[in-house]
Amino acid sequence: MQGRSGKLWAQWGLVLGLPLLALLGALAFTTLVLLAVGSPPYPPYWLLFAGVLSSPVRLADMLMLAAPLLLCSSGLTLTFAAGLYNLGIEGQVIIGAVFAMVPLRWWPELSPVALWLLTFGMGALGGMSWALLTAWLRVYGRVNEIFAGLGLNFVATGVTLYLVLGPWKREGSASTSGTEPLDQAIRLPTIEGLRLAPLAPLLALVLLVLVWWLLRQTRWGLSLRATGLNAVAAERFAVPSRRRMIEAMAGCGVLAGLAGTIQVLAVFHTLTPSISSGIGLLALLVTLLVQAHPLLILPVVLFFALLSVGSTQLPLQLQIDSSIGGVLQGALVLCMLLLRGLQQRWSQARVWDNE
Amino acid sequence: MKSLADCRIIGIWTLLLVVLTACSSPAATPPAAVSEETPAANAADTPETTAEEPEVAGDADYIFGMVMVGPYNDAGWSQAHYEGALYVEERLDHVRFVYVDKVNPADRPNITVQQVIDDLVEQGAEFIITNSDDFKDGTREAAQAHPDVTFLHISGDDVLTGKAPDNLGNLMGRMIYGKMIAGCAAALQTETGNIAYVGPLINDETRRLVNSAYLGARYCWDNLREEPPADDLTFSVTWIGFWFNIPGVTLDPTQVANDFINADNDVLISGIDTTEALVEANKSTEAGTPVFALPYDFAGACAQAEDVCLGVPYFNWGPAYMQEITAARTGTWEQQWQWLEPDWADINNLDTSAIGFAMGQALTPENQEQLQTFIDGLADGSINLFTGPLTYNDGSVFLEEGETLTPGTPEDDERIWYMQDCLESIQGQCATE
Repeated sequence: MQGRSGKLWAQWGLVLGLPLLALLGALAFTTLVLLAVGSPPYPPYWLLFAGVLSSPVRLADMLMLAAPLLLCSSGLTLTFAAGLYNLGIEGQVIIGAVFAMVPLRWWPELSPVALWLLTFGMGALGGMSWALLTAWLRVYGRVNEIFAGLGLNFVATGVTLYLVLGPWKREGSASTSGTEPLDQAIRLPTIEGLRLAPLAPLLALVLLVLVWWLLRQTRWGLSLRATGLNAVAAERFAVPSRRRMIEAMAGCGVLAGLAGTIQVLAVFHTLTPSISSGIGLLALLVTLLVQAHPLLILPVVLFFALLSVGSTQLPLQLQIDSSIGGVLQGALVLCMLLLRGLQQRWSQARVWDNE
Repeated sequence: MKSLADCRIIGIWTLLLVVLTACSSPAATPPAAVSEETPAANAADTPETTAEEPEVAGDADYIFGMVMVGPYNDAGWSQAHYEGALYVEERLDHVRFVYVDKVNPADRPNITVQQVIDDLVEQGAEFIITNSDDFKDGTREAAQAHPDVTFLHISGDDVLTGKAPDNLGNLMGRMIYGKMIAGCAAALQTETGNIAYVGPLINDETRRLVNSAYLGARYCWDNLREEPPADDLTFSVTWIGFWFNIPGVTLDPTQVANDFINADNDVLISGIDTTEALVEANKSTEAGTPVFALPYDFAGACAQAEDVCLGVPYFNWGPAYMQEITAARTGTWEQQWQWLEPDWADINNLDTSAIGFAMGQALTPENQEQLQTFIDGLADGSINLFTGPLTYNDGSVFLEEGETLTPGTPEDDERIWYMQDCLESIQGQCATE
């Protein structure tokens, strides 16, 4: 009993202690960078954190960035659990956005609710089909999902470029800057004075809970994790691991497609070739950082969104390049990976000592 | 045990959320908190309070802001605007300039123009300039959201089309002349008779400008070259898809420039914000194949490769900005769609001319003289290149035989502003239908 609760505490110490330690390391590193460029470190941090949390407008922007990021991170949790590195998530977001544009362009006269349902449905379908393409290549074509995904990311960008410069271009122009903006009436409704469409973060939260429940509370989740740990062994225990991989990819694709839909319907209100704006890649960092632990995703997503929104203030108020926010994000992930590596080495060494 | 662990996470989570909401909900108090905790850092700005309040004291700075699509030091479009803003800041007392540059999907993927404008307003900006055609929709929406701030959207037509709210004006210099002069310089100096235009994206502005460059080249080739070195002039355009290179999204202007050079074009005219055409022309010349170039937008652009630079048509935003900002500050600002003439007495007078042309070292003295004759002709009206017959690439008529357009009259200005297609004999796709 004693040993068991001790073990639990140790486990918890790792789950929470490591990220905190990593955060300290990342802050130290970023501070060094700031000092190296000759900036006193305190004002930038103040601006990054308090600057966002004290302004309703920026808080709203942060939530609107967090929503698609949360969806992508939830999706990647599924694929990580299945042992897949879904680097194709960017493409899934993009194709989700492209599919979402279809009802918006073809049936804008539908009642808004019906139109939005259809749009989200199409977005999910788009993301899913793009993910299934990768899954199919992986499972039946023996193409590593990393390479298949990266390749399909380029194809997805190509598809949007073709549409934005070709059939969907704005009247009288051909520019990669995007399609005609959506009518105010068919955008996802926002709170007066803010760019916050509450439906978007709400949807993301509900789906995060769903992913957590599926992974942790269902037999399906158990077999998915078994697949991720060792697909061959899982197969021996009658787990249909190929099928689980495909399902995980499909699920991730659905979530990524929804993220793309939010980008179109509630953030940019137009389709641009860079519609995903790197959210899929940022979500990969998030998932790496929390080792795909579904419930730790939310704080990290909020933190990353805060850094991204807050960092635009840096050049404006302190003449510091805004990429310092990215430095902190990157340093955090690196520190975390480093610490986790060290910790594994250390616990292995202890096992050998005990023997 | 797993679910127990998860319960704990949920517990921690609730705590975190409580902390977060505690931090964020009292939105009314932060200004006090800000000044309390960072007296030094934020004393000058005091963000939260500036937006709605009128000027506190008579001496308070009038702040104007600028949103730039490229980096402020791009030796092109954005730098010309940046220098224009500095011009104002130097000459007007108690005026301060704040800006955000690189507002484009490649450099700031998650940021929209409206967000950036909100930040500038929070900094206290009462007058905001946005400098890209791309910001048209965003500027309009931001102007609606901030009716107390005056907006100037560069190179838009919202005032012309009636879409602009009352606090939004449009401004552009008549670069059509700058491009005619550039085209003329190219035609005077080419040895192969092949001129190429590195175009940005296709819209009303860029069609207008590529046509102007062609008209200038055609005129000077036909009228000012005594012994043309080639049978005829060819003029090609390739569009990269945006105002500057975005890897993976646009065509690479370096590649486009090289393709042109390999296809025997010996003068490159740049229509994009950055200087790749000039840089590649220089490389080619150093490698033994002489190629000249005409960069664009910024008076100092030739500096990157003086030896191959025939000259640069440039914008001079300072005087117009000063006028607009002074008007807004004194409450006499009026919504206008302005398309500013050069100062024909001296197009390079930085206090009076909205556009200019700086001749480059590579343009031979004889050709400089010829070019000056051309400029003088434009100035006194003896040369009007909008003279029919002119046909579009698809064969439809732009100007009938004998028909002329007079820039400066509203009706003719609109016809020039909204040219539908490239003119006949420009090689390249310009129509979008």
